[in-house]
Amino acid sequence: MAEAIVFIIFAAVALVGAVSMVSASNPVYSAMGLLTSMFAIAVLYVVLDAHFIAAVQVIIYAGAVMTLFLFVIMLIGVDKSDAYGTQVPLQRMMTAIVAVGLFGAIALAGRAAWITGSNAFGTPGLNGTAEAIADELFGTWMVVFLSTVMLLTIAAIGTIALAYFKGAPDAEVAE
Amino acid sequence: MTITITWFLLLAAALFSIGVAGVLIRRNALVMFMSIELMLNAVNLTFVAVSNELGLIEGQVAALFVMVVAAAEVTIGLAIIVAVFRTRSSANVDELAEMKG
Repeated sequence: MAEAIVFIIFAAVALVGAVSMVSASNPVYSAMGLLTSMFAIAVLYVVLDAHFIAAVQVIIYAGAVMTLFLFVIMLIGVDKSDAYGTQVPLQRMMTAIVAVGLFGAIALAGRAAWITGSNAFGTPGLNGTAEAIADELFGTWMVVFLSTVMLLTIAAIGTIALAYFKGAPDAEVAE
Repeated sequence: MTITITWFLLLAAALFSIGVAGVLIRRNALVMFMSIELMLNAVNLTFVAVSNELGLIEGQVAALFVMVVAAAEVTIGLAIIVAVFRTRSSANVDELAEMKG
């Protein structure tokens, strides 16, 4: 019962945060909405016994990624002129139809498996501690883990390369 | 009332759909990028929920890998947005529609 209450509260918080992220006209408010949503998802991870993933969610997403987003928002300034797209006629209505249709399609596609698939909440014996994840990560998935190390190194090098990129000599003229 | 995995999966589907709507409706590159992050979060929630349902730890490992890819994507994507902003003084994707200059 307690799980049901926690789920309902934080699912509502996650949805409200996500909707406010999409609908806010100011990018800073969008970032705050996404931050709210990520914290709520972290709580849901705890409900799902994924404690380590919940901690990583808060540290990486809410900590590092959103800080980076806010830095870039402050760096390039808040431009309110581009709040909503107006290029395509009826863009908002069509977007709403696409989003609702996608949700309905996902629900319909998974309906058979979802309704019959679960007997009780949670499987006893699964405990998402750092130790359990590390056993799996540094055992079976060692090669994949090392390739993510390579991926992060490449991303860091690419970011440095982009930061040193001064642009074409006529970049100011093209503006 | 018991909360089954269905509720978590439906929540993840709803969050993913909101992220899709954000990418489609917003023209600010930063907000579109945040919507992509929201979609990745929804997929992570699906991974962890199914991991809990099946009693397999692999779902949480997959969620960890998704987070690593998302972190790499954020660094590169934001660097590209800043580089574009330096030359064009805009983060609006509609003004960057042509692939020249």
